[in-house]
Amino acid sequence: MSVQQISVFLENKPGTLKKMTGVLAAHSIDLRATSLAETKDFGIARLIVDDALSAINTLKENDFVASLTPVLAIEISDEAGGLDKLLDKFTDESVNIEYMYAFSGSKTANNAYMIFRVADTKAAEARLTSAGVKILTQEEIAAI
Amino acid sequence: MEQYFQQEIECASYEKIREIQSEKLVKQVKHVWDNVPYYRKKMEEKGVKPEDIKSVDDLHKLPFLSKADLREAYPYGLLGVPKDQCVRIHSTSGTTGKRVIAFYTQHDLDLWEDCCARAIMAAGGTKDDVCHIAYGFGLFTGGAGLNGGSHKVGCLTVPISSGNTDRQIMFIKDLSATILCCTPSYAAYLGERMQELGYGPDDIPLKAGIFGAEAWSEEMRQSIQKTMGIKAFDIYGLTELSGPGVAFECSAQNGMHINEDHFIAEIIDPETEEVLPEGSQGELVFTAVDKEAFPMIRYRTRDICTLTREKCSCGRTHVRMGKPMGRSDDMLIIRGVNVFPSEIETVLLNNGYGANYQIVVDRVNNTDTLDVQVEMTPEMFTDNVGEIEERQKKLMGDLKSMLGIKAKVSLLAPKSITRSEGKAVRVIDKRKI
Repeated sequence: MSVQQISVFLENKPGTLKKMTGVLAAHSIDLRATSLAETKDFGIARLIVDDALSAINTLKENDFVASLTPVLAIEISDEAGGLDKLLDKFTDESVNIEYMYAFSGSKTANNAYMIFRVADTKAAEARLTSAGVKILTQEEIAAI
Repeated sequence: MEQYFQQEIECASYEKIREIQSEKLVKQVKHVWDNVPYYRKKMEEKGVKPEDIKSVDDLHKLPFLSKADLREAYPYGLLGVPKDQCVRIHSTSGTTGKRVIAFYTQHDLDLWEDCCARAIMAAGGTKDDVCHIAYGFGLFTGGAGLNGGSHKVGCLTVPISSGNTDRQIMFIKDLSATILCCTPSYAAYLGERMQELGYGPDDIPLKAGIFGAEAWSEEMRQSIQKTMGIKAFDIYGLTELSGPGVAFECSAQNGMHINEDHFIAEIIDPETEEVLPEGSQGELVFTAVDKEAFPMIRYRTRDICTLTREKCSCGRTHVRMGKPMGRSDDMLIIRGVNVFPSEIETVLLNNGYGANYQIVVDRVNNTDTLDVQVEMTPEMFTDNVGEIEERQKKLMGDLKSMLGIKAKVSLLAPKSITRSEGKAVRVIDKRKI
């Protein structure tokens, strides 16, 4: 099961990102992970939140352009070589990664989470699952 | 069935029109010679006397009037009748230079309203229609002109003026308005707002729109027509000549019929001032042969367009003018190249962007810069940075080939460009020359 990431268009000027986080904060939307892709002229904020549907509606109501993008969320152990071990599986299964970012779990747990954007989410999911990789669901992400 | 407000004159033969024009012109030149010392002096300088003007064929002998003359003669210097015979003034928005003030007698108002009534009927309006007028009322001619025309047709007229968009939409829906009159940029905004409120073309009672007072592209017409499920008609005019209704589109939506019994049109070479043959592109010049208070003779509009007398499917015989590329007042000279905002608009809409854009011109290190700022839309957004950049690059390429100069493209957040309720502010020229 892939996870819905929210992608938000951000104009390149001071205060844009803050305006977005302000809107999310006002609606008590909890961020799990964030990543910012920037170019010379604009940026795209990528967010994993507890409630994707309400987050995207809130953003749209506040004049943001935003869309949902399916991504894969995978738990790894937070130790040297943890990511490397996982990427072995990607290589074996020939899954091409467009971008990825990470976030760590709770302070006590010894693991981290990786978010991957791949070209063909469904196919990648099937291949990685059969190779023994556990892919997290929306509910599992929300529960972190 | 095509409807006309004044069928006899709107569909008169070419010969008949020439006859009317000649008769009125001779009379008008005499009137101006006797009553407008400013123009009489111009005629004397050119060595022309009223008796030299015997028909329309002699029009080219008369001197031109331009905006510079209006400024020099400001405010009363071109008045054709004593002040006590005037009943109203209107004034330009003053976006370029000093305001122009035009005067009207009751007769002038009457013929102006006739022209607007012709435009409304050409757009399919009858006394059964509810005509929603969202042009500004006041000094601006838009509201008053269409309001008078709508009365003459017998429409139920809603003189709502501009502003308060949600209230406008409420009136349109509650009164089942069928005809909308406003600037094209405001029509686009109204359409956008209606969409946001969840109204599709079928929920909107409007069937036609009469949009003018600023240059707009064919692509913008298509987009407005689709959003609101209407037919959008162009209307043309200048305060100097009366206001909207100097020319208007008919059901053919292919050029605007000039009300030739009131306004004689010529196309001239703006450099040599020579009259050009039919079909040539050049500057539009008008002679208002019926106006008493503000009798403009050979007034140079600065609008660049073409005229055609090809037969029109609507049955009207009056000459048609093509959509002006934009007033030469709107024209920007960037790095020596003439750029019309309407060309930029065409490229943006062709590339899938909306009509919410702004053109920022500046000068950095003695070189002009052109920045086209357009709002990101849900349709154009994707999570893929490369794809957005590709589209941006394609847009820049298309602008380059349309304009002949390089333009930067900036993508802005939605709703970051202020929506206009009257004429849109499209150009910000920061150059200090």
